[in-house]
Amino acid sequence: MLEVSGLCVSFGGINAVKGIDFAVRAGEMVALIGANGAGKTTTLKALIGLLRPTEGSIRYDGVDLITVPVHQRITLGIALVPEGRGIFSRLTVEENINMGAYRRPDSAAVRTDRDGVYALFPRLAERRRQTGGTLSGGEQQMLAIARAMMSKPRLLLLDEPSMGLAPLMVRKIFDTIRTIAADGVTILLVEQNAKLALEMCHRGYVMESGAIVTHDNSAALLADPAVRKAYLGDHA
Amino acid sequence: MDIFLQQIINGLTLGSVYAIVALGYTMVYGIIQLINFAHGEIVMVGAMVAFTVIGWLAANTPLPPLLIVLIGTAAAIPACTAIGYALELFAYRPLRKAPRLAPLITAIGASIVLQQVAMMIWSRNPLAFPQIIPNMVFPVAGATITLIQIAIIMTSVVLMIALTAIVYRTKLGVAMRATSQNAPIAGLMGVNVNHVIAATFMIGAALAAVAGVMVGTYYGIAHYTMGSLLGLKAFCAAVLGGIGNLAGAMLGGMLLGVVEALAAGYMGDLTNNVFGSNYQDVFAFMVLIAVLVFRPSGLLGERIGERA
Ligand SMILES: Nc1ncnc2c1ncn2[C@@H]1O[C@H](COP(=O)(O)OP(=O)(O)OP(=O)(O)O)[C@@H](O)[C@H]1O
Ligand SMILES: [Mg+2]
Repeated sequence: MLEVSGLCVSFGGINAVKGIDFAVRAGEMVALIGANGAGKTTTLKALIGLLRPTEGSIRYDGVDLITVPVHQRITLGIALVPEGRGIFSRLTVEENINMGAYRRPDSAAVRTDRDGVYALFPRLAERRRQTGGTLSGGEQQMLAIARAMMSKPRLLLLDEPSMGLAPLMVRKIFDTIRTIAADGVTILLVEQNAKLALEMCHRGYVMESGAIVTHDNSAALLADPAVRKAYLGDHA
Repeated sequence: MDIFLQQIINGLTLGSVYAIVALGYTMVYGIIQLINFAHGEIVMVGAMVAFTVIGWLAANTPLPPLLIVLIGTAAAIPACTAIGYALELFAYRPLRKAPRLAPLITAIGASIVLQQVAMMIWSRNPLAFPQIIPNMVFPVAGATITLIQIAIIMTSVVLMIALTAIVYRTKLGVAMRATSQNAPIAGLMGVNVNHVIAATFMIGAALAAVAGVMVGTYYGIAHYTMGSLLGLKAFCAAVLGGIGNLAGAMLGGMLLGVVEALAAGYMGDLTNNVFGSNYQDVFAFMVLIAVLVFRPSGLLGERIGERA
């Protein structure tokens, strides 16, 4: 579904992503883990079009994404739940949710889908008239996911959805991601919390200073001593 | 005659114009944090185009006055909208990622260009509004209001309601607000940010066109320099209300108009004729400074930091 090859992104001479290759097949859940500053967010931003790669190709369902402007990528069925959530803080919860369906003209179907995300996140339904900025961190994360789902994505990119959340809320968010995946949405998950991410996903890529250093099935990565030492807090 | 009430009526008339012009400043600022100093010149072009059309129609056709003014306005709106669009496309868009001083200087340059071109087209002489609107005056509790004043106040109220409806009730409006809060994320949602920014300029310019017709009709003349001071005062009104805030621009405009009119009405009496009503222009700036000392973000502006 998604094939990335030789992807390079640089910021004024600093190479943040240095020629990475990876692929995500339809229906998969894939984790991208790595330390702070490894280049994970930069990779996702390049995939969605917020950053322009200096080199490499991104193919999505056979289409070369690099020439597609950012506002059209969502119509291809790719959505990003950005790092830091990116909620429109002065729009209401419902307006935020509607923004996810901005490109969809079918208003009856949009209403049905909105009821669907409210069913997934009843907390958002209670707060639909509140502005986004008044929500708690966990609620904002729910809203960011709900908003992305409103575009009916086939590939959902999530950037650290567990960031800054209490364990109970993290579990709830991860349960929701599982539900979304069970509905047939392909998932590419960037996470600091490598253990949780690998336990949920089928496969994982490990990124270090802009390069992918390892990739394997989750079970193998979870058992890999180097990965355990660097990302799972294993000091044994 | 009741001077107080009379000056309130005069102030609300002028304030209506300030408010409509201030909306253009505040919308553009809200979406790309740019002070479009050329906005006042768009008002001027609106007045000039409308006056040209109105003058020709009045001299050559037997159309009723109201229709003539409406046609003149209808001609001014596309002219101004085109200028607003061209400014955004050619002057500001290439500088969107440049340091903030660059587009600001460009804006000042654009306003000089517009003024000079207007002078070349319409000459240095003012255009006069033909005597077609009946000079009807209605008494109101000891003061008077003219037909033109009623028309100006009502038009601006209708425009304010219409604009609020666009911004809060339509898809374009939601996209405008989303873009102003977080343009990259709005882009992710499928909003073509360039289109939304261009639309914002065009809506502001259309309002400016109507404001040009209103102020020109009120004073009876239009001149190629009329946009500078008017634009500056409307900008003050926008800052007074809290720049970036629609309700603030409306409130700031009305308030500025009323304060100015009251100052003009009482200045002579209060200073024993040392200062006359010709000092009214100073008042816009005095009010602005006084308010900003106590509320740096303007009357309805949000505290810095609330912007996400
Ligand atoms: N806009 C930018 N300008 C300059 N350098 C940047 C920019 N954005 C990111 N970088 C640099 O690129 C590198 C990769 O950053 P990135 O945000 O992709 O890391 P990350 O893996 O997402 O880290 P984290 O887990 O902390 O979110 C970092 O060294 C960062 O400083
Ligand atoms: Mg990151």
